[in-house]
Amino acid sequence: MSALAAPRVGDRLWQRSAIPGFGLTMGVTILWLSLIVLIPLAGLFIKTAELSPDRIFAILTAPRTFNALKLSFGLSLVAAAVNLVFGAVIVWALVRYEFPGKRLLDALVDIPFALPTAVAGIALTNLYADNGWIGALLAPLGIQVAFTPLGILIALIFIGLPFVVRTVQPVLEDLDKDLEEAAATLGAGRWTTVRRVILPAVVPAFLTGFALAFARAVGEYGSVIFIAGNLPNVSEIAPLLIVIRLEEFRYADATTIACAMLVASFVLLFVINVLQRWSQHRTGRTG
Amino acid sequence: MSAVTDTMPFPREQGRSARPTVHTPPRHEDIRTEPAIVKWTVIALAALFMGLFIVLPLANVFAQAFSKGWDAYVAALVDPDALAAIRLTLFVAAVSVATNTVMGLVMAWAITKFNFAGKSLLITLVDLPFSVSPVISGLVFVLMFGAQGYFGPWLIDNGWKIIFAWPGIVLATVFVTFPFVARELIPLMQEQGSSEEEAAVTLGASGWRAFLKVTLPNVKWALLYGVLLCNARAMGEFGAVSVVSGHVRGETNTMPLHIEILYNEYQFQASFAVASLLAFLAVVTLFAKTVLEARLGSRSGRH
Repeated sequence: MSALAAPRVGDRLWQRSAIPGFGLTMGVTILWLSLIVLIPLAGLFIKTAELSPDRIFAILTAPRTFNALKLSFGLSLVAAAVNLVFGAVIVWALVRYEFPGKRLLDALVDIPFALPTAVAGIALTNLYADNGWIGALLAPLGIQVAFTPLGILIALIFIGLPFVVRTVQPVLEDLDKDLEEAAATLGAGRWTTVRRVILPAVVPAFLTGFALAFARAVGEYGSVIFIAGNLPNVSEIAPLLIVIRLEEFRYADATTIACAMLVASFVLLFVINVLQRWSQHRTGRTG
Repeated sequence: MSAVTDTMPFPREQGRSARPTVHTPPRHEDIRTEPAIVKWTVIALAALFMGLFIVLPLANVFAQAFSKGWDAYVAALVDPDALAAIRLTLFVAAVSVATNTVMGLVMAWAITKFNFAGKSLLITLVDLPFSVSPVISGLVFVLMFGAQGYFGPWLIDNGWKIIFAWPGIVLATVFVTFPFVARELIPLMQEQGSSEEEAAVTLGASGWRAFLKVTLPNVKWALLYGVLLCNARAMGEFGAVSVVSGHVRGETNTMPLHIEILYNEYQFQASFAVASLLAFLAVVTLFAKTVLEARLGSRSGRH
């Protein structure tokens, strides 16, 4: 890491290097980044900034928009919390125990990353519909999952799980076991050791995983819209409302909701960065 | 995140060597683990949750795809609209993966081989598309190139069509998969530093030659890994593509969009048949990822 020491900003913005190509590659990088990412995103904000503040406020507080945002953010929070709990169980089993099929279980954690969202969407819907494998078991109990907010929650849990597991797993793997041994030798019970020694070291990683799962769930579209039912004010998520407004040519509404969601994700991104620095500081990881 | 840190395969090695060797007292192991009942409860809960939320949906895709037998399965795949969707998806993935691979290498080189102010900001900006909802990723290009967009009228006057045509689909896919290759390369290249390239250049190699002979061999597995993940996402992207595609059957429908249309028309089996191809791709990608991770000796924390 010492090779990456910060340049002395006082003299120059970059350090001279024996390696050629700084001007060319940096130029291409900034041009490409601007063309594909920065200018299109800026266009969205400029389009929204053309509206009066009153108009923006009116769009965001219209009942249908407000309910969609509430549903997206609320259910994403619940889904991330569920993933926190079951993610912890899965991480603990994968890192600390040996059991048959462990490698397979480990690989399967990434399925929600790799499976296209539309495929996950129809699979979950089919599974929880009244005649589906799980839906048929729940229907006699009077529990309806597909086409209700509960269905949205299931989809958001599905897509968020790997974020918690894959963020916490390397941190728990790197944890120094000597500390646990020391705690046990000094008379701490196992539960006390887990709570007082291990937990504080992995809390930042858990919070990072939670924030990543939450951020992903808020913007999720493909895996949700099939199972959601998409009833306005009840089971209509914010990304779907953006699509609907766009199809109605109500660009002001679409861009305003999009901007609100983007601002929220940028705030989250900032929080995640701070958490990751905290986590690295806490565990001494330099990744 | 995917730093090659000193990952200690602790429980595995300890557990294996503790039993046959005599000099490690069994009590030693006991104080750092939980009672068997706790252990097996945790494993059972983990397996149950994974089974319910991950394995069942995946198995369901294949079960539904073959629910009407092999002939119906094949019929759904050789349907002209399905074939057109497969062709478009392969084309879009090829273009966007190739573009993002080249640009990912350029960006990683610029970011990791030189020291300059604002480096961490630049890395954050490269990662930015990960934090943008797929729907918004499509929306920004509609605002740029759509009929009501900034460049829309000019494009229409000149007979160009980007939105509701394949260029828009490619643009949205490139945006969504923008960080994949770069973010696998950057941590590795940062760790490797630039001393080897400096040596090559000092000995008279051109920058291009140093890149081909020194950098590329050093990062080949990470590069392949990034390309793999980039491809999986490019072929499976739904939200962003859905906004810019216009859903013209046989023309601007990619595989995920074709799956949606079939599903909404209650042609469930045909829909799952096409979906099974993408699910198969996902399984293959994960398998290759597991193999590559073993080679890289590290784990990627985040996507």
